[in-house]
Amino acid sequence: MYEYKMKLTDEQKAILEGRDGEVKAKVMETIVRYGDMFEASELIPVTHGEGHLVTSFGLSLLKPVYRVMDELIGAGLKVEDGFTIDPRPVDTANVKYGLVDKILNSTVLYGKQSAYEEQLKKLGLKDSNAFSCACYFDEVGNIPKKGDVLSWAESSAVNYANSVLGARCNRNSGMIDIFGSIIGYVPKFGLLTDEGRKAKWKVIVNTEKKPLPQILGSAIGIKVMEDVPYVVGLDKWLGTELTDDVKAYLKDFGAATASNGAVGLYHADKLTPEAVEFGESLLVDDYKEYVIDDAELERVYKSYPIMWKEPEKPGVLAFIGCPHLSMAQLNEWSDKIISGVGSGKVKCETVICTAPDVREKFIKTEKYKQLMATGARLTSICPLMYTSNPLTKSKRLMTCSNKLRTYSMARYYKDDELLAIITGKEAK
Amino acid sequence: MKEFKGRVLNGGYFKGEAIVSHQGVNTLATFQSSALKNAKQVIAADQNNPDIFEKNLTGKALCLPQTIGSTTGGMVLQVICSMGINPACMLFSEHIDSLAGAGVILSVVWENSKLIAIDCLGQEFLDTVKTGDTIEITEDGTVKVL
Repeated sequence: MYEYKMKLTDEQKAILEGRDGEVKAKVMETIVRYGDMFEASELIPVTHGEGHLVTSFGLSLLKPVYRVMDELIGAGLKVEDGFTIDPRPVDTANVKYGLVDKILNSTVLYGKQSAYEEQLKKLGLKDSNAFSCACYFDEVGNIPKKGDVLSWAESSAVNYANSVLGARCNRNSGMIDIFGSIIGYVPKFGLLTDEGRKAKWKVIVNTEKKPLPQILGSAIGIKVMEDVPYVVGLDKWLGTELTDDVKAYLKDFGAATASNGAVGLYHADKLTPEAVEFGESLLVDDYKEYVIDDAELERVYKSYPIMWKEPEKPGVLAFIGCPHLSMAQLNEWSDKIISGVGSGKVKCETVICTAPDVREKFIKTEKYKQLMATGARLTSICPLMYTSNPLTKSKRLMTCSNKLRTYSMARYYKDDELLAIITGKEAK
Repeated sequence: MKEFKGRVLNGGYFKGEAIVSHQGVNTLATFQSSALKNAKQVIAADQNNPDIFEKNLTGKALCLPQTIGSTTGGMVLQVICSMGINPACMLFSEHIDSLAGAGVILSVVWENSKLIAIDCLGQEFLDTVKTGDTIEITEDGTVKVL
């Protein structure tokens, strides 16, 4: 048996020793070894039982994952309170695919999707609408409380839960998320400790105009990497209340800090729960400082490489909604596109991504019909997974998401630039 | 010859070639392409990492600060270990990150992998070792750059 280093309760020891079967013992061993690797003091209970999994895609290459899932199912293990999961990779009903793309997606790339979703149902998948990276939207309903301990892995969801909701979760890898949710314990280290939630950076936002969340988050992520930043000055632009608009801003800001760096938690002065409660006492004594003005944001924006093979040619396909758009964001983008094109159509293929529950609600509105009349498409896929298909590399993708830019060959445009391209107001 | 001592995460003996990345290794970007092709060896595919891009990593000692990128990273490491095309060792100059850590553990517990992992070797290790150097690793976490 594995010689553990952390403190375990009798119950935890019994599981590790195989009282509840060999597979559950292996799940426990994985979690205990993970904690020991990071000098965790002990295992603590997951208090928000509803899980969220990062691995939503039936990529053919993940054979070991499917084998492990089968072992879990065979042993009768599941996430008792259910789980949500990241977006599906493919949506042939609402996104345009060429014949070769369809064949590649359904065989080589995501050939295991149907079989994998059957496994997920047995392991506790909430329902067929549970596929969104923004599981914390009201419409989706997987919303931890302040102080809750989680076992999640999706980097943008972990960032949001820690920062905006004040829950506690480490930046875990896939598989660790479901193991912690099944076993009901996670190792106490890093962002689960008061010390680990202290900020090593004071970031002073000193801009003359409201910073774009995607670029501000990118600048901070690149600078602080995995450290916790304490951001001062955002309240000037966002106020001090976590309204729907502010939460959407922080969602996009946080996702950019997490993908352009490896930020799992940030504090926004006078705004996020722990910053409101503890203020600048969250800063460590020897914190570093980073001042951001408009020129610094422009410098960061201009540093993004253009990965297109033919950068002089116009973009072909625009993706909006990574992470998924909130209902308010979806309404705002729809209004802009509808009024921008007038009685015409969008000037390039435009794919808007939101959670299935948000999409379902939006479809019932008049605005949905107006948006569809522009030729834009509304889906719940993950744009990142769309770009896993190597054939997409030649498509000259455009996006206003810094996460999608980072992990793909998509070119980043500011929101108003992308809107201008989509509506044909200004060719870029 | 220079000797370094790190923390043993999964021990073992190895003597062979080092491949060095001075920047964080993006696990998904580096390994996914070879895994998708069901390849017999990993040819590093991350264009953003010129240190290791297009180098064969299978059976080598990958020397790096940490891993970076998508939180699927741990699973990707598990996959390449399951396929038997993984680097023989991962030698981290810094404390291992949570994604690589998960990958090592998933590989050891669920794939019975012999992947050697040692961390906290220090910046001097990464400044000393060069791609193509022969290195020798012993069970106690001693790494000799020969």
